[in-house]
This record gives sequence, structure tokens and C-alpha cells, in this order.
Amino acid sequence: MYNMTSIRVYADKIYALWLREVKVFFREKSRLVASTFTPLLWLFVIGSGFSSSTSVAHSIDYQKFIFPGIICMSVVFSAVFFGSYIIWDRKFDFLKSVMVAPVSRSTIFTGKAFGGMTNSLIQVSILLVVGLIIGIQFSPLALVQTVVIVLLLSFALTSLGLTLGSYMTSLEGFQMIISFVVFPLFFLSGALFPIDKLPQWLSVLTTVDPVTYAVDALRNIILGIGSHPLGLDLLILLIYSCVLGALGTYSFKKMKAV
Amino acid sequence: MIRINNLTKRYEKLTAVDNLSLDIEQGEVFGLLGQNGAGKTTVIHMLATLLKPTSGSATVNNFDIQKEPEKVRTSIGIVFQVPSSDDLLTGYENLQIHAMLYGVDPSIREKRIQDALELVGLTERKDDQVKKYSGGMRRRLEIARGLIHSPKVLFLDEPTLGLDPSSRETMWKYIQQLVKQEKLTIILTTHYMEEADMLCNRIGIMDKGKIIALDTPTNLKLMLGGDIVKLKLKKHDSDITVLKNLACVKKIESFDGYVILGVDDAKKNIPEILKHVDVESVESSSPTLSDVFLKLTGKNIKEQAEGGFLERYVQYDKH
Repeated sequence: MYNMTSIRVYADKIYALWLREVKVFFREKSRLVASTFTPLLWLFVIGSGFSSSTSVAHSIDYQKFIFPGIICMSVVFSAVFFGSYIIWDRKFDFLKSVMVAPVSRSTIFTGKAFGGMTNSLIQVSILLVVGLIIGIQFSPLALVQTVVIVLLLSFALTSLGLTLGSYMTSLEGFQMIISFVVFPLFFLSGALFPIDKLPQWLSVLTTVDPVTYAVDALRNIILGIGSHPLGLDLLILLIYSCVLGALGTYSFKKMKAV
Repeated sequence: MIRINNLTKRYEKLTAVDNLSLDIEQGEVFGLLGQNGAGKTTVIHMLATLLKPTSGSATVNNFDIQKEPEKVRTSIGIVFQVPSSDDLLTGYENLQIHAMLYGVDPSIREKRIQDALELVGLTERKDDQVKKYSGGMRRRLEIARGLIHSPKVLFLDEPTLGLDPSSRETMWKYIQQLVKQEKLTIILTTHYMEEADMLCNRIGIMDKGKIIALDTPTNLKLMLGGDIVKLKLKKHDSDITVLKNLACVKKIESFDGYVILGVDDAKKNIPEILKHVDVESVESSSPTLSDVFLKLTGKNIKEQAEGGFLERYVQYDKH
């Protein structure tokens, strides 16, 4: 059963699903432009605006301080949106045509997740170039570490989006996801403020937010400041990825085809 | 090729498919004819392993739909009621992605794609995004996609729903060509009588989840007692006696000064009838499947624009 041919066929199926996502990503120009523009707006308007009046820990310029947070923001938005976008695939029956092919649900999930991770990585790359312009420099090691963290966070959140999307039958749910998932994940992560001296209720919430650990890790990698050791951030992100990935695979298996 | 045993799909309040049994042989073009909501699509979805039956069983190409769904899926192609190709991708890309999903060997992949495009007449438009295709072209692309992995069975769920009359005729032409070239078993659902009549060599008429008649289109129409001849007689009473004694006349009814006859093969027998009686006028018509449907269900099958194709397009046009 598990000979070279079946491995190649399996790889082809994943590749086909991934290829479709990447092509669609580049062709939906408005979505691409909008999702790149929003983080830039935050970085330059909020970043520059507060920079003039606020000083955060370690006397780092506020704009630079939130840069890792904005990278994570871009991942949160792109990954959760990407995942919940399967509502569209279902509306347009594209998903039905994939489900009627001899492709297992876990394979469909994997292909989708790879697509989401690629989308996030492309958007983050644009931000990293912008980072160079505002004076943030990377060693090659830091760049590799950043990519690893981005991929982990993106996998976890794409899985979350796919899970939510697989249970939704109408587009109205999309607005709920933005209000109750995307914004809380972002705001509670400490992307915009240091998490060391928060009131207790807020501190509890930031602790359960997976994005917190990605922000902290990237701050550690890019700016050399962090509240947790990098290894701990990485471990927690890995755990979230496994749990959310398993949850997503399970939801895909339960998802009704018609 | 397809064996269906007591297949049933029950929803909370509704029995969509009711204890259906049916055998479809290899090489048949089998039509499921019925109104919207008769259960045709539900049958197709169960056979395509997209929907679990409440009870009963079925095999497609000798694979059990519940025990071996992956093998069933490999051996079938399906064209859904609503076109499901990705309209941001080109026709070629849609086929390419599906060829990979079906595990078509890379050495023959390119040829299969070209052949499928050729078969449905889309070679020239293969590099256009599907959103630039007309309704008919989208349907044809779906058919090409359904054939990309050389399936043994092809399901066509309302293949011409929402198409204008000329696109519909083009579609019929392609389907007929397909039957000739590909030696497939085809199961199609439709609520267009003339479509079933023209394409299928056997038809199951469905109503409320059951098959209420199953035969060739010709035999179904014969159920109604042959052709209908409507006469206006000059000498009414005496000629009716004469008509009653003619061998070719199966049924006689008087109606509003006219006499309506059920006649075998009207074309041949009208001259014979006219030799025996004097008439002021004569009209003849052949029964259509609509007449059969009306007789069996007491309902007129209408060309309903329902089924959601256009509706969904208007509502969810994402571009």
C-alpha cells in the first residue's frame, strides 16, 4: 500500500489543494491589498501616533515595539479569515467537488492549512521589508526563527478558522468571527502593550491567548526583549498547533458534504 | 453497474428517498425524471457517497457506497446541479487540479486534460478564468472535469438547469457525443421531459421519493394507449359504430362534438380510418412524457426556475 506511487499521489493531492489556494490568493487582488494595507495603517498611524507621547519598557520606540505585534496581527487576520473562508467554498460548491474526489478529509485539511500558512508568510514577508525601511534589522538566524514562529502561529489559527468555518452554514457567522475571535485574539495578545504589569483579569486572558506567545517570541527574536524564555513560547505555540490542528481535522471529518 | 436495494433517506419530517430499489446496467443512459423535491438529487448524493443513507444499501461499479466510499469516488464522475468549478482559476487549471486530486498519473495527465477540453469544445478558452465563461461553458467544463479520471459511471444532476434553449441543445449534443465516444454508464436527473426523452434509453419517473414508473421512453408513452387522433365527423352516430370496429382504434371518446381516438401508429393508420368515415377535420398528436407524467402523478411538470442556480449566483456573487 505505502509504496512510492501512493506517496506521490498523496503529495500530488496536497499540492493540488495548496496550488489552488495560492492561485486564488494572488488573484483576489482586493483581498490581498486590503489585508496588507491594514497592518501598515496600524504600524504607521498608531505606531507613529503613540510613539510621540508614550514610552514603553526598555525605552524602545513605540513603533518598533509594536512591530512584532503587527506581524502577528497580520497572521491573525490572514489565517483566521483564510480558514473561515471555506464558507465560500461551500457556498460555491467547490468544496463539494473536492469532497466527492477520492481525497480524505484530513488531506483536504492539510492542503488548506498549507495554503493558509503560505498566505500568512507572503503577507509577513511584505511587512518584514517594511520593517527594514523603519530601521528593524534581522540576522539570518532571526529571520529563520521569525519564519518558524509565523508558520506555527499561522497553522494554529488557520486550523481555528477552518474549525469554525466547518460548522458555519451562513455568511452571517463571518461577522461573529471577526468580533468574537479575530479582535480578541489580537487585542489580548499584548501586541500593542507590554504584558508584564497588567491587571489580573486581563493578565488571565492574555495567558490563554496563543497569539501572546507568538508576540513575545517575536519581540524576543527581533528586539531582544521578552517576558518568557523563547523556548517556552515555542513549546506553548507547538501545543496550541497540535490541539487546534487535531480539532480542525476532527471537524473536517464531521463536516457534512451536502 | 449500479444496484440499489431499499435505499432510504429520511430527514426529521420528510422522507426524501423512500425504499428505492433499482438496477442500472453498464452502458445505459438512465434518467431520473421528476419535479423538484422528488428526491432525484438525494439519490445521486447517496450514490456519490456525499450523503449517508438512513437505511438500505447500494453498490456502484461493484463497490459498496458505505463500506468502500473511496473506491466508489474513484470510479465515478459527477456534475453537480450548481457549477462548482473555481471561477478565479482558468478552465485548464480547474482540470489540472482535479486530475491531481483523482491521482491521474502524471504521464497521461496532460493528454487527459487536452482530450477532455476537446470533447466539450473548450480548448480555445482553456486559459480564460471560469468567471468569464457563459453558463453553458461552465456546465461543459464541469463535464470535462467529471471525465478527467476516466470514470466508469458519470452522474449528471440537472445538466441543463438554468440554461437558455440554445445552450441546452448544445449541451445535449455534447452529452450524446459523450455516450458514443466514452462508453460510459450515465445517470442523469432532470425535470425537462424532452431532455429525458432525447437522451435516455431508460427512465425512472420519481415522485415523493419513489420510482412510480420505469421503462424506455417509448414504452412509457405507449402506456397512454398510443397516439391521439381527433376527428370531426359528418355523420356522427353511424360512423362511431364503424370506428369501433376498426382494429387500429383502441379507444373512443366523444367530446364537444369531436371524437377522440386512441390509435396505434397514427401516421400509418389515419389513411385507413379516413377510408371508412367522412370527416370535416382531423388532427393527430403523439403523447409526450409530460402526458405520461401528468397521468401518473396528476401533476403538471413545469419548467421551474427553482433549484437555486441563478438565485445563488445573484445572492453570493463574490466578485
